[in-house]
Amino acid sequence: MIKKIRVLVAKPGLDGHDRGAKIVARALRDSGMEVVYTGLHQTAAQIVNTAMQEDVDVVGLSLLSGAHMTLFIDVAKLLKEKQMDDVLIVGGGIIPQEDVPALKKAGIAAVFGPGTPVEDIVSYIKKNVKR
Amino acid sequence: MTELATRVIAGDPRSIARLITLVENDSPEALEEMKQIHPHTGHAQIIGVTGVMGSGKSSLIFQLALAYRILGKKVGIIAIDPTSPFSGGALLGDRIRMTDLAIDSGVFIRSMGTRGMMGGLTSALYDVVEILDAAGMNVILIETVGVGQDEVDIIKIADTTLVVLVPGLGDSVQTIKAGLMEIADIFVVNKADKPGVEQTVAEIESMLDLVSAPDRRTPIVTTSAKEKKGIQELTSKIAEHQKYLKNSNAFETRRRQRYEAELIEIIRKRLMDFIFDEKKLKKTVDCCIDQISKKELDPYSAADQILGKILK
Repeated sequence: MIKKIRVLVAKPGLDGHDRGAKIVARALRDSGMEVVYTGLHQTAAQIVNTAMQEDVDVVGLSLLSGAHMTLFIDVAKLLKEKQMDDVLIVGGGIIPQEDVPALKKAGIAAVFGPGTPVEDIVSYIKKNVKR
Repeated sequence: MTELATRVIAGDPRSIARLITLVENDSPEALEEMKQIHPHTGHAQIIGVTGVMGSGKSSLIFQLALAYRILGKKVGIIAIDPTSPFSGGALLGDRIRMTDLAIDSGVFIRSMGTRGMMGGLTSALYDVVEILDAAGMNVILIETVGVGQDEVDIIKIADTTLVVLVPGLGDSVQTIKAGLMEIADIFVVNKADKPGVEQTVAEIESMLDLVSAPDRRTPIVTTSAKEKKGIQELTSKIAEHQKYLKNSNAFETRRRQRYEAELIEIIRKRLMDFIFDEKKLKKTVDCCIDQISKKELDPYSAADQILGKILK
């Protein structure tokens, strides 16, 4: 048995800034995870379908455009609809503190803002992955 | 039949994904499922796409998949990227070029890391091909990692192997004469929107002139995945090659070669698992150490004994 943590790093919506997503993807790779990167401008349906086919343990969403309350929650809802509750959802980007409780309530397990050391993200995922 | 195998054969994407994970992780749970799905395989057309890094394999596969979708075929795509030999992690980015296929229910894409396997493939690949085949995919497109010269294992799996080159390689077509250049059923000169296409085609042609008495000259197709050119011609050359295989019995030979390679791979894996299962091996070895130190046994005879037990 050689179980590896598989993570989907996705950029939902109309946001062309993927430097953060790429840095996180690389840090996860360097910690031994298999990281599927979708590229830019994904819809919630594309992200969830990709997560299903790739059978990932974690979906990491990155958004800097301000539409996280819609798009992050859409992805979480759709994952639940498809009974993929065992997938850990984390988010990052420019997310105001006051939005975090609502995101958590919607199923985004953790939100990582600018300045988060990548090690924190790695260890959070390793600790909280659900399967 | 087990529930998972039944759902895989019915084409349920979540079950397909889950079984792929099990075989990738070398999980013992996968064995029974794999045994059960084998009788349901053998229908898919398997196309390998290999070539140097940055030759546009992913974009080409995207275009091919679209073309097969128009023909009403279900398409499975296996995209392999390298696993880091340092961290064991991998960045699997082939889907970036294929996002428009992500919500097409007639397409199943799976990204895989090489996980230490050499040859441009990944060791679970045989199983993943069987799974997608059993799940009803009509065409399975396999993208190898960006290869150098001698990563040629794809021919052990694919019915048709496309070797993708790009203009501007110049003399390097000469340098990769061996290995990669020998495995092509079809040469694809991609990025034909860039200058230097004619020269690259001419170099391949002149190399093909040196092949003695072929019963089939390897065709060269120029494509531009970016400008969506040459894709029709490529699919028709692939179809011609399939016909050629079926008419010349080569098809059966290739399939047999694939099963042979798969069987050897399973045996290799099991032996390695045993040999590198340190606890098990240590236990076996420990029994002999006493005898060796008392000179009742020499190390060579001990090794024979141990190997004899493994190979029994």
